[in-house]
Amino acid sequence: MSKNTIIFSSSLGKKFVMSLTGLFLCSFLIVHLGGNIALFTSKDTFNEYTKFMTSNPLIRFMEIILVLGFLTHIVDAILLYIRNKNASNTKYIFDKKKSSISSRSMALTGSFILFFLIVHLRSFWYEYKFGEVIYSEDSNGNQIKDMYHIVTSSFESPMYSLFYVSAVILLGIHLNHGFQSAFLSLGLRHKKYTPFISLIGKLFSFSITLGFISFPIYFCLKNFNLW
Amino acid sequence: MNLKLKVWRQESSKHKGKIVEYKVHDISPDMSFLEMMDQLNQSLIEKGQDPVAFDHDCREGICGSCSMYINGQPHGPENMITTCQLHMRSFNDGETVYIEPWRASTFPIIKDLVVDRSAFDKIIQAGGYISVNTSGNSQDANAIPIPKENADSAFDAATCIGCGACVATCKNSSAMLFTAAKISHLSNLPQGQVESSSRVISMVNKMDELGFGNCTNTGDCAVQCPKGISLDNIAKMNREYLKASLKSEK
Amino acid sequence: MVDVIKSNIPEGELSKKWTNYKSSANLVNPSNRRNLDIIVVGSGLAGASAAASLGEMGYNVKCFCFQDSPRRAHSIAAQGGINAAKNYQNDGDSVGRLFYDTIKGGDYRSREANVYRLAEVSVNIIDQCVAQGVPFAREYGGLLDNRSFGGVQVQRTFYAKGQTGQQLLLGAYQALSRQISKGSVKMYNRHEMMDIVILDGKARGIVARNLLTGEISRHSSHAVILASGGYGNVFYLSTNAMGSNCSATWKAHKRGALFGNPCFVQIHPTCIPVSGEYQSKLTLMSESLRNDGRIWVPKKLEDAKRISLGEISPSDIIEENRDYYLERRYPSFGNLTPRDVASRAAKERCDAGFGVNLSGQAVFLDFKDSIKRYGKEVIESRYGNLFQMYEKITADNPYKIPMKIYPAIHYTMGGLWVDYDLQTNISGLFAAGEANFSDHGANRLGASALMQGLADGYFVLPYTVSNYLANDIQTGKISVESKEFSETEIKVKDRINYFLKNNGSKSVDYFHRKLGKIIWENCGMSRNKEDLNSAIEQLKTIKDDFWRNVKVTGRNNHLNQELEKAGRVADFIELGSLMCHDALNRNESCGGHFREEYQTEDGEALRNDETFSYVSAWKYNDENLSPKLFKENLIFKNIELKQRSYK
Ligand SMILES: Cc1cc2nc3c(=O)[nH]c(=O)nc-3n(C[C@H](O)[C@H](O)[C@H](O)COP(=O)(O)OP(=O)(O)OC[C@H]3O[C@@H](n4cnc5c(N)ncnc54)[C@H](O)[C@@H]3O)c2cc1C
Ligand code: HEM
Ligand code: SF4
Ligand code: FES
Repeated sequence: MSKNTIIFSSSLGKKFVMSLTGLFLCSFLIVHLGGNIALFTSKDTFNEYTKFMTSNPLIRFMEIILVLGFLTHIVDAILLYIRNKNASNTKYIFDKKKSSISSRSMALTGSFILFFLIVHLRSFWYEYKFGEVIYSEDSNGNQIKDMYHIVTSSFESPMYSLFYVSAVILLGIHLNHGFQSAFLSLGLRHKKYTPFISLIGKLFSFSITLGFISFPIYFCLKNFNLW
Repeated sequence: MNLKLKVWRQESSKHKGKIVEYKVHDISPDMSFLEMMDQLNQSLIEKGQDPVAFDHDCREGICGSCSMYINGQPHGPENMITTCQLHMRSFNDGETVYIEPWRASTFPIIKDLVVDRSAFDKIIQAGGYISVNTSGNSQDANAIPIPKENADSAFDAATCIGCGACVATCKNSSAMLFTAAKISHLSNLPQGQVESSSRVISMVNKMDELGFGNCTNTGDCAVQCPKGISLDNIAKMNREYLKASLKSEK
Repeated sequence: MVDVIKSNIPEGELSKKWTNYKSSANLVNPSNRRNLDIIVVGSGLAGASAAASLGEMGYNVKCFCFQDSPRRAHSIAAQGGINAAKNYQNDGDSVGRLFYDTIKGGDYRSREANVYRLAEVSVNIIDQCVAQGVPFAREYGGLLDNRSFGGVQVQRTFYAKGQTGQQLLLGAYQALSRQISKGSVKMYNRHEMMDIVILDGKARGIVARNLLTGEISRHSSHAVILASGGYGNVFYLSTNAMGSNCSATWKAHKRGALFGNPCFVQIHPTCIPVSGEYQSKLTLMSESLRNDGRIWVPKKLEDAKRISLGEISPSDIIEENRDYYLERRYPSFGNLTPRDVASRAAKERCDAGFGVNLSGQAVFLDFKDSIKRYGKEVIESRYGNLFQMYEKITADNPYKIPMKIYPAIHYTMGGLWVDYDLQTNISGLFAAGEANFSDHGANRLGASALMQGLADGYFVLPYTVSNYLANDIQTGKISVESKEFSETEIKVKDRINYFLKNNGSKSVDYFHRKLGKIIWENCGMSRNKEDLNSAIEQLKTIKDDFWRNVKVTGRNNHLNQELEKAGRVADFIELGSLMCHDALNRNESCGGHFREEYQTEDGEALRNDETFSYVSAWKYNDENLSPKLFKENLIFKNIELKQRSYK
């Protein structure tokens, strides 16, 4: 087997890819969350930020990488899932696993994230690009697409917010196992540092979850004048 | 004490299996689990029925033969022991006990609770050794001092008994812990380092080829391993593999 | 009149014999080796090492074991360690001293030349194993550590915590796996050897049964090596694995191979006592524990009684009221006296009523003083897994309360008689490891069985088998279609059918337990003429009852564990009787064989070198006749026979 195929076709090779793409997606989440904070500042800042993100060539390039990252992560996830189902084709009548639920439901949480991703892209990215968008004026008086409006109006719907919140919680569960698992997959495990990595993983998944759910909650409550 | 047993019975790999219920009486808490099974079998033989087949040999937790999935866990409810070391004092009077074979497509059922684990031998044959001939005048044993910590880690990994509990409990039926234990044992020793790259690649390929699942790091294996083989070994194997596949010129 | 047999010991000075042998033995040219087939029965230390080494040399090897993997052979269970005359500790060890200790430990009933060779190659074993990656215990400086074992005054035992046998076997298993992957060894797991095939007086193959399908297959070869382990399970309760059996060697015996010293069996002093009728096997607590544990019983009968009833705890007994009987009787060796001596001393105390459990068959092994001296951590690092194992079985914590131990059958020194080449009296039939009788005389020293198994397989058989096969290079492939193969196969099938058709009423285990009880009581730790005679009679009845009333459920063509057991127990019953005959013949006490009629005033074994300095090698006679005795006289040229004393 050649060097290149080993890395991609073997089970361990797939794991490396899984963990690298996973960690890459984690870094994307940080950037994404950071950007979203702009929602809390002002409509203009957020819209300008959106404009910058959709027009800067470097960011556009990163977007392609991101899509590839997602696709690889997803394709590998599906391949591994099929392999694992084939390997364990009969179930126990009585089974009692000791591992964490989050570790055992990666495919489930992942699939839900994928579903969410599609809906998410449809309601924000697609709307922004191809939908009938309201324009607003930026600080320089230019007309720019009002992303702020798209986002806040979506969150005004309790159903949508609820969906968003649950998806983010599932993402948190995905990350709760995923973050530290990625280090193990890469062979990074150490008596002294591993507990530290686990802690960071917990903090990370917790903050990402809190961070992302703060937007729908805030705007939804605000809509009902509860905030 | 008296117990209700729900035992998996299956004629052969070709037949369909099912749970059959048996009652056993007057079980002493000092009995081992397998002695309880012996008692059940004696009563079945007396009735002219086929006794429950199960693998066992040393009955002291070292040969790795015994393999029962008891009440949802491989080797039963206690940690760090094999089925044969489990004693009836771990159960309560009147309890229902489920007894199933290891389940994994790579471990086909032979009969009742007996499964075929020869895939493990094949993984070792793929490179789980140091290529040294029997010469009788190899280097003096003390010629290469080995740091105690390395020797100890090698030993800890080498205590794997090849029972297969790790595969049995893994939701993906992955053989990572077993394979990693051997790789880690050998690569912790200077003697084993020479072949470490080719070893890890061929053992992992063999593991894949045989159809074992892929690790998703749930960690059930290490919790259930009767010898306490730790996930550190899996990390080490991942490292060795990454190193080897990047270095490989083929 | 008894016939005298020869052991083919090479001429020359003791220390040169093996070197001379190696340099003058016949060799087989590498290109001829692949045309020569060798069958190895057994994948324990002896079998796996032999199969791997012969495979490596280029012979065509077939290896058989009844477990599902060669790695599960019972050698895996050995705990304590393996001896070698490395003298790494600089405490005066040498090949000569190991030789001397082994002969003395064996109570002067072993063959000088074999034992010397064993001591000589012991050093190579450690080198070989380290090269294979066996993770022996090491000191902080990175060099190999040693411990001491019963019966010797130097530290020469190499170990890997309490799992030495496991690590050594995995080393051999890995070497074997390497040959399997190269195609030079073909492994037959879950196959039982059912009989041996003799053609023109030579061992030329075996008939085996696939334990999963019941299929009977014929395998031919130019030489057959039996490395099928010991026969301790004749006692039913033993430290052997449940599947350990004598069938392979017994079949060879019935085909004419002599059986050496069957009554020499070893009772190990430190096993976990029997807890009830349901008991299926006994668990050994490694002898190494005697390095740091002190053995005692209460001095007062009433204390013993109250402890066994659970009214008081052992820690309530003050020092003055404890009888450290080994230290008292054998001050220079103390708790480290050889196994036979320590076992009998325990039996003596328990027979006198000082036993400390309900059955009255247990003594204490106490770590209190060592824990005080070294701290719990040190003791834990030395024996952690043994303590854990003990606690799992008994639910007592040995760090707090002393262990309870009692002797149990553990090893069988007797086995197929072999000459210097490890060849039986049948040409081309070799026996190695515990299956042969060699090296340990009437008592084996701790950590010497692993050494012997590996010495036989790695370093002796490769030379001696080649020496034998050198005359066979013209023979060509041996056909399995001959009359002898067919007849053997028919015989094997007939026996299986007999069992399955015999609609008896008693299970195989019923007979095995009964057999075990008779042997333990009459041919165990101490024996006498009357009991032995009665045992022989009882065994006749049992044999009769077995063949008439044994019940075997199931069919032949699938996994049938009852059928497997039935065949093995049938052979054990016959072997049991041979043991009693041998014990009866040996009118002396030596090593593990203690005849009550022959003891000194203070109860020590009384050897009789004048009359019994021989190996008894028994030839199978017809079903109903007594076995026939042959003698191999033991000649001691390099060692002075002494009364064994550990005082
Ligand atoms: C609990 C325990 C602890 C011990 N501790 C020590 C120790 O610390 N130090 C020491 O030196 N010694 C120790 N010994 C003794 C030592 O382990 C054994 O004597 C030695 O390992 C025997 O090795 P072997 O290769 O001859 O046989 P085994 O390892 O018993 O192997 C027998 C092989 O033969 C096969 N076989 C048997 N019958 C058949 C058949 N009919 N057909 C096909 N295959 C067959 C089996 O499958 C197996 O592979 C201990 C023994 C026990 C029981
Ligand atoms: C923002 C989105 C996502 C992030 C940050 C993310 C992150 C991660 C991380 C870090 C891992 C651990 C990798 C490892 O154990 O080596 C992982 C594993 C996994 N992910 Fe994702 N993931 C995301 C989306 C998805 C999606 C959309 C799927 C959809 C199918 C998915 C399916 C999986 C599966 C099945 C695993 C387990 C694979 C294994 O452990 O071998 N993930 N993810
Ligand atoms: S790693 Fe543990 S569970 Fe797996 S085979 Fe080895 S001993 Fe058994
Ligand atoms: S029977 Fe050997 S480990 Fe359980």
